[in-house]
Amino acid sequence: MTLTASPPSVDGGQQVGRRRSRRASVPYLLLVPALLFYAFVVLWPTLQGAGYAFTDWAGRREAPGFVGLDNFTELFSAPAARSALRNTVVIAVSTTIVQTLVGLALALALHSALASRNLLRTMFFAPALLPPVIIGFLWQYILTPAGPLNDALGAVGLGGLTQNWLGDPSVALASVIAVIIWQNAGLTMVIYLAGLEGVPPELHEAATMDGAGRWQRLRHVTLPLLVPATTIALSLTLIGSLKLFDQVYVMTGGGPGYATETLSVVMYKEAFVSGRYGYSTAIALVLTMIVFAFALLQLRALRRFEVQR
Amino acid sequence: MSAVAVRPSTRRRWTLPRVGAELGMLAVAAIFLFPFYVFLTVALKTPAELARSPLALPSNPALANFTEAWQRGDLGTAMVNSVVVTSLSVVLLVTCGSLAAYVLARRATRLSYGTYLLFLLGLMIPLQLGMVPLYQLMRDLNLLQTYTSLIIFEIGHQLPLAVFLYAGFLRALPRDYEEAARVDGAGSLAVFRRIVFPLLRPVTGTVVILSAINIWNDFLTPLLYVGGSPQQTLPVAIFAFRGEFASQWQVIFAGMGIAIVPILVIYFLLQKYIIKGFASGIKG
Repeated sequence: MTLTASPPSVDGGQQVGRRRSRRASVPYLLLVPALLFYAFVVLWPTLQGAGYAFTDWAGRREAPGFVGLDNFTELFSAPAARSALRNTVVIAVSTTIVQTLVGLALALALHSALASRNLLRTMFFAPALLPPVIIGFLWQYILTPAGPLNDALGAVGLGGLTQNWLGDPSVALASVIAVIIWQNAGLTMVIYLAGLEGVPPELHEAATMDGAGRWQRLRHVTLPLLVPATTIALSLTLIGSLKLFDQVYVMTGGGPGYATETLSVVMYKEAFVSGRYGYSTAIALVLTMIVFAFALLQLRALRRFEVQR
Repeated sequence: MSAVAVRPSTRRRWTLPRVGAELGMLAVAAIFLFPFYVFLTVALKTPAELARSPLALPSNPALANFTEAWQRGDLGTAMVNSVVVTSLSVVLLVTCGSLAAYVLARRATRLSYGTYLLFLLGLMIPLQLGMVPLYQLMRDLNLLQTYTSLIIFEIGHQLPLAVFLYAGFLRALPRDYEEAARVDGAGSLAVFRRIVFPLLRPVTGTVVILSAINIWNDFLTPLLYVGGSPQQTLPVAIFAFRGEFASQWQVIFAGMGIAIVPILVIYFLLQKYIIKGFASGIKG
């Protein structure tokens, strides 16, 4: 979301404001309540955490000892953390790509004159509002071996496709990803629908008169105008899916084995089950670096894309 | 499916491709909504019916699961907790966030812009990095298992989004009214309360909707702070509930159904604003 942040405005009122700034300036004092909450909840603990990542802190009263990069060496060699590292990236990349495509397809379909479009918009967006914990348990049941999904597949003659969706290490991660996309595709759809509303119909009419077909209009008129919406949808999905915790924790707890472990889940377990605070914050620090790295990467890619147009 | 034909047709005529598109979309919707069908039917089944088939309709829909879930899960208390935590957090968040953004949008100094960026950083930093230190801090202050700990956390956690939305809106807002009021001698706080804040109504709506949903659904931090206590919020209560009822899915689903009713009711009443809030809010 920071991608769309604008620098301080230098609008028309600025000059006037500066001239009478002595009288008209807003006191910094009004910032204090927000800064106190923000510093207490985010800034201070985050800085502390970044420091603890280099210690063997176990939460007891004695002072934590400095261990240099030991936590990170362990992270890159321990099976749980390594699997989590890989899964976190796989989840983020696949969720972001598929969810954006699904959301775009839904938005294009429901931006048309379908009679059911309002009802369907409401329905498709609903899962995004529900608690991830509840979505997790709902799907946990749906995906049980003797559960509704396998039953339904059998009923429509696709019995060969039945799986132990969350119990088989080779399909569990894909199942989790599918659930995340099911829950959040409606959100991407809503963002794209707002973007589509900003596409002037005259452009389409002009393109049609120039002989552009339906596909050409989509490719050369609609999609270029959806770049801002894409930026928002991508960064939102990317950052959210890198931090993914709730659905994984309630559906699989990271299992079977380490098949669906994510950095957030491993971090939680190391901290609050094993009590290894130092190591767990090291995991969190790596997660933070990954979030920033992906955000930068995306920013550069989209900039290039926007310039190319 | 026959509902398609019954719907009052819009200006366009029912051509064959159009009927095909409508039916195709309804088929997509049917697959998409399959989980909700499971949700509803399982919650209405007896254990024996559920064991026989996870898919079939309940022969004699009964509310027994709902009464059992409500009584044994103590969901009423959890719902009250969620209402208290969400509403107090949102009120304080709106107050602090709008005031802060007012300063940041009206002051064109480097300090002001730096502070704004500092807030935006919070949109990206995973809460995991500060999770353990903050947990310890709350414990040392004896705030664990209280509403206070959760409310403080939620305000701090949601502030970046609130400041971002308010500042964006304020920058586009003309200053004429506030400057006129200042000329008349009103102080900054008075100007904000009487002139500026009322003008912020549209963005306040967005902030309230987005943060209320985030806070209501939040799970990880509430689990840490109030899990297992009488102060636990709905998602935490449902998590405990799932452990307690193990494989009695019909009761678990009934409990989850009770937990989402408030969200669904509000969604269907205010869906226009909610969808707009998500679409426009995130755009800033």
